[in-house]
Amino acid sequence: MAVVTDEPKAGFRLGMLIYDTRYRSITIQIVVLILVMAGVAWLVDNLLRNLAVLGRGIDFSFLGNRSGYDINQTLVEYTNDSTHARATLVGLLNTLLVAFLGCIAATVVGVLAGVLRLSKNWVIARLMTVYVEVFRNIPLLLWILIIFAVFTEALPAPNAFRGENPAASMVLFDTVAFTNRYTAIPWLIFDNSMGWLTLGSVYLNIDLVLIVAALVGGFFANRAILRRAKRIQEATGERPTTWWQSILALFGPISAVFLFLGTHVDAPALQGFNFTGGLQVSNSLVALWLALTLYTAAFIAEIVRAGINAVSKGQSEAAFALGLRPGRTMSLVILPQALRVIIPPLISQYLNLTKNSSLAIAVGYMDLRGTLGGITLNQTGRGLEAMMLLMLIYLVISLIISGTMNIYNNSVRLKER
Amino acid sequence: MKQSVFLGTLAATTLLAGAALAQGTSTLDTVKARGELNCGVNTGLVGFAAPDANGNWQGFDVAICKAVAAAVLGDASKVVYIPTTSSDRFEQLTSGKIDLLARNTTWTFSRDTDLRMDFVGVNYYDGQGFMVRKDLGVSSAKELNGATICIQTGTTTELNLADYFKANNMTYTAVPIETNAEGEQQYLAGACDAYTTDASGLAATRAAFADPENHIILPEIVSKEPLGPSVRHGDNAWADIVGWTLNALVAAEEYGITSTNIDELATSSQNPEVQRLLGTSGELGKMIGLEPNWAMNAIKAGGNYGEIFAATIGESTPIGLARGLNAQWTQGGLLYAPPFR
Repeated sequence: MAVVTDEPKAGFRLGMLIYDTRYRSITIQIVVLILVMAGVAWLVDNLLRNLAVLGRGIDFSFLGNRSGYDINQTLVEYTNDSTHARATLVGLLNTLLVAFLGCIAATVVGVLAGVLRLSKNWVIARLMTVYVEVFRNIPLLLWILIIFAVFTEALPAPNAFRGENPAASMVLFDTVAFTNRYTAIPWLIFDNSMGWLTLGSVYLNIDLVLIVAALVGGFFANRAILRRAKRIQEATGERPTTWWQSILALFGPISAVFLFLGTHVDAPALQGFNFTGGLQVSNSLVALWLALTLYTAAFIAEIVRAGINAVSKGQSEAAFALGLRPGRTMSLVILPQALRVIIPPLISQYLNLTKNSSLAIAVGYMDLRGTLGGITLNQTGRGLEAMMLLMLIYLVISLIISGTMNIYNNSVRLKER
Repeated sequence: MKQSVFLGTLAATTLLAGAALAQGTSTLDTVKARGELNCGVNTGLVGFAAPDANGNWQGFDVAICKAVAAAVLGDASKVVYIPTTSSDRFEQLTSGKIDLLARNTTWTFSRDTDLRMDFVGVNYYDGQGFMVRKDLGVSSAKELNGATICIQTGTTTELNLADYFKANNMTYTAVPIETNAEGEQQYLAGACDAYTTDASGLAATRAAFADPENHIILPEIVSKEPLGPSVRHGDNAWADIVGWTLNALVAAEEYGITSTNIDELATSSQNPEVQRLLGTSGELGKMIGLEPNWAMNAIKAGGNYGEIFAATIGESTPIGLARGLNAQWTQGGLLYAPPFR
């Protein structure tokens, strides 16, 4: 009979940190962590000390000073009397604008190209292969520069529109002018504009808020109407007429807002050196947006193709067996399942696009890199501070994008019950 | 720098390249030990600094590099030209990548103090101007209201432009560009109505056009732009050398010392000031740690100030700039070298 005896309770000895397998891995991790942190601290300390010797400590107060320079595209009010912080905000909004437009367009183009690349039509499939291979194998900067150069060299200058027999003319009933600087398009003018609402350091354009509220409200009202129709259809088998309700819900509020704001359309007209009135969409924005879109879409196309190929062939065969047409099969059966594979790499592409937009300086688009990391940096000479701030802002943008996309990813993920 | 060499190097290169260098050995010793002068110049501005057909750098600013190399190393060809853009030039200098910045750079208060540079003198008194096409029908900068204007980012011209249009109650659209070549391309394609930079730079740019006669430089000069060579703040001995080399070139013109008669004057001149300058009497070279014939070498490199001006940007060159403010003080200009004694 074996005698079971309790193991003697040994006290904790320092040596156990190394020799006891229970503690060893933790010990190693803590030691490495301390070493890494010490290394980083040493580097930072060294930097600060060197800067102090040069007489240039870290100082962010330049952000509050008058910037003194002008920016050619400002989404919020800005003059050269504004502060460097304000210029940074203008740059940030310009970055977000091109990133937002780019992500949407790249998704549309990328999904189309990815699906078409799998087409049974030989010509279309090969054309898409050529597109993907050409765009993703040439550096983005070259695409930005070439597209911008084409705009600059091929389109007429504004003064070509002048005179009795102008060398160039406006298109679409004399409302749109393509020039080598910008595209002038008609735009809405609000006679009874509500101006800006200032809440501390946050500025809100009340007009914009009203319009967005009307659009979103209309959208949700329409959804409620459709849901009700569906409920009635399921209960009674008869679907009530909803088209006029939908139109009213979608366009009613926005029309009311426009009417309230005293909206009229302002067409561009040549005056002096340039077109005035309307909206001028600069070629640098269009070139940057187009290049970012086409470049990123080539990668997205490959991701989409991989995602579709990842869905087992049995799924499409089953859908065909049920009598679904190929288009419906793709949109109802294949793509929803493919999304699970597509979304995670798609997030990286969105992040890439946003970060790549910092190449904007090549075509004179004043994004964050152009204002804070460009002119502000040069004029104040605060290189380190500006770069750190720039990195922080890009980091935050990227984290927000990836956080949002992860939420979406969770909603399409395979749910195991 | 008491820490280990390896980590020191790592930190210096990754975080602030060359900060250790800036405060360590003197620039003069570094240059002498290296046997070559690292000179920061423009990426390409005909007349001031641009490689010629054979790839040799030529120009008004390049001549300063050559003169300093000749004064310090005794050989004007011992220069490594490092092209700098308007936005990276200061970092190149403060990080120690270049020993001397001779790149049409405006001397301003904040650059001299806050950016930790030292301007050692002025080699060209300039001002900001505008260039437009003749067929635009504009004869004054005051008529540029609403114009689209090409401008190099990171320069003083950017701020001057904003100030000038504000002062005259006019509006404009800026097209920011990185280099002069890019500005040229945008301007010629008509992407901007006017191109603005220092008047000398405009003249140099225009000279490189296929049709210079179709472009005019407007009469308004909207700012003071004293252009001069600069060195890192804190190394006064090196600043003295560069500054006095420039002064030697200016003084040489004043005393009539040219690259052709310099050898003759060195032996025969009875003028004590010339003797001191050329090192035949006195110990001026020793005072700044150079050979007695330092100034002689500097002047031999490309001639005196007047000769350099005439050969690179003067009226007989395609750039065609008049001396104007850049004449000797005896001729009504601003060039005035302090006495060599």
